[in-house]
Amino acid sequence: MSGGDAIPEFSKAKSGDGQDVSLTNLSAFASGPGIKSGGEVAAILAVAVVIIGGIELALRVFHVPQYIMPPPSSIVYALFDEFPLIAPHLGYTLVELVSGFAIGAVVGLVMAAVITQFPFAEKIVAPYILILVTTPMLALVPLLILRFGFGYTPRIIAVALAAGPMVMINAATGFRRVDSAKIALARSYGASTLQIFWKIRAPMALPMILVGLMIGAIFGLLTAVGAEMVGGGFGLGNRLTSYSSMIQMPQFFAVVLILSTLGILIYVLFFLIGKKWASWET
Amino acid sequence: MSTASARTPKLGVQAATKVYQTGSGDLLALDRCSLDVQSNEIVSIVGPSGCGKTTLLWSMSGLHRLTGGSILLDGKEITGPRPEIGIVFQEANLLPWRNLDANINFPFEIKGEKPDRAWIAHLLNRVGLDGFGGKFPRELSGGMQQRAAIVRALALKPSVLLMDEPFGALDSFTREEMNRLVEEIWLDTKTTIVFITHSIEEAIFLSDRVVVLTTRPGHVAKIYDVPFQRPRSLEIMATKEVFDLTNKIKMDIVGERVRPKTPERPSAEIVRIRP
Repeated sequence: MSGGDAIPEFSKAKSGDGQDVSLTNLSAFASGPGIKSGGEVAAILAVAVVIIGGIELALRVFHVPQYIMPPPSSIVYALFDEFPLIAPHLGYTLVELVSGFAIGAVVGLVMAAVITQFPFAEKIVAPYILILVTTPMLALVPLLILRFGFGYTPRIIAVALAAGPMVMINAATGFRRVDSAKIALARSYGASTLQIFWKIRAPMALPMILVGLMIGAIFGLLTAVGAEMVGGGFGLGNRLTSYSSMIQMPQFFAVVLILSTLGILIYVLFFLIGKKWASWET
Repeated sequence: MSTASARTPKLGVQAATKVYQTGSGDLLALDRCSLDVQSNEIVSIVGPSGCGKTTLLWSMSGLHRLTGGSILLDGKEITGPRPEIGIVFQEANLLPWRNLDANINFPFEIKGEKPDRAWIAHLLNRVGLDGFGGKFPRELSGGMQQRAAIVRALALKPSVLLMDEPFGALDSFTREEMNRLVEEIWLDTKTTIVFITHSIEEAIFLSDRVVVLTTRPGHVAKIYDVPFQRPRSLEIMATKEVFDLTNKIKMDIVGERVRPKTPERPSAEIVRIRP
């Protein structure tokens, strides 16, 4: 019993405080909606205007046919013109994304919380989790369609399978950041294991959990669209294959525009949640 | 150790022995450490780095179980954390995701009790943190964080306050200020305080008695009485008595380090040390 105590240790490196895990520190997303001055915003918009205007001009000057690359203006026109037709498909994709992500995130979070309580079990399970994380779940979609038909089911399963492991692996990293001094503090007041989990471990893990949720949601979006491209007559992915097969390139790019907006919204959502609830880390 | 008092000490440390199991074998951190802390006393524990000061304190708090010996609080053995004992940790140890108010409420949340608002307000006022309740730890200086940690520890009105090198990370001016604050709080509450420190000056300024531990394995080498009147001014720190006492304690610690390991002191029977 007594031999199980750790030598009291307060060095920052050991407690894991030094790790950069906040959303804002993820270098890949550093160009996201950080706090920017008016001048910076103006510069970003100016670059957009120059690039989009330049593309528009070049495409028109060189008479590039629409089936190779439609000019930005016709994409925007198609977006508004076709939107009533695309909107239901956006709804289908959102249903798949939200329900699949919810299932995957809940399972991933629970598994991360449980598995990190048992270091030995975690070591045994780790390689299998890695396989789940690295395998593109899109590859299973044909099989899932065979089993469940062309409805929502195979897509929701694929989204859950894609998002879950991403959430789990990041959340597990969060739950593993034990700070023995903070746990000792809670224990000194007689905290139960459950109280230590909810009042110390969970808040400490929150920044990593949010990173996992964001990555999981974006992977979920990719997988949903990919699954829709494989089969079934609805969803934004289905619109992509359908428009491209009919060489309706402005409409095709309009859908791409909607998808990238969706991705950005996911990022912004988790960025704002992180700013509100996990900003103590930065 | 001459105090042959009949009354039960507030904290009785009896042959406390602690072995840590590490990757490279067992580590004997404390070896039959014995000392008594009386009620309303401030006792400092000084000693070279790694002498087991913190281990002794964590054992007093009930956070660590001893391998041998026992520690008694009011005559009853400590087997786990006790509500009568408050702890001030190194580096404040505030929860960074909570503001000051929420940090101070933390002990009450864990215990499922209603915080004593009037007492907390009094303490916050005492340490000069009025109006900082909404601030987060990262917005406060090291000294302010440690003040908040003291308030948190005192919020539950413990009868013993254990302080584990609380001001080690602070600059020397802030440190002196904090020392005076601890004395003020002690004059106010008369809480028994066990204070771990690296600083001999700090130990002398604060304590009724200074306990010197040996290098690892920690063992009580000497106990000095510090007879100066309270409240103590900073001027007494410049007197010859303090100077001599400081030097004596320093020699105890440094001399201990220079001297070759004494083989004649046998280790406790229950302890085997693998190389």
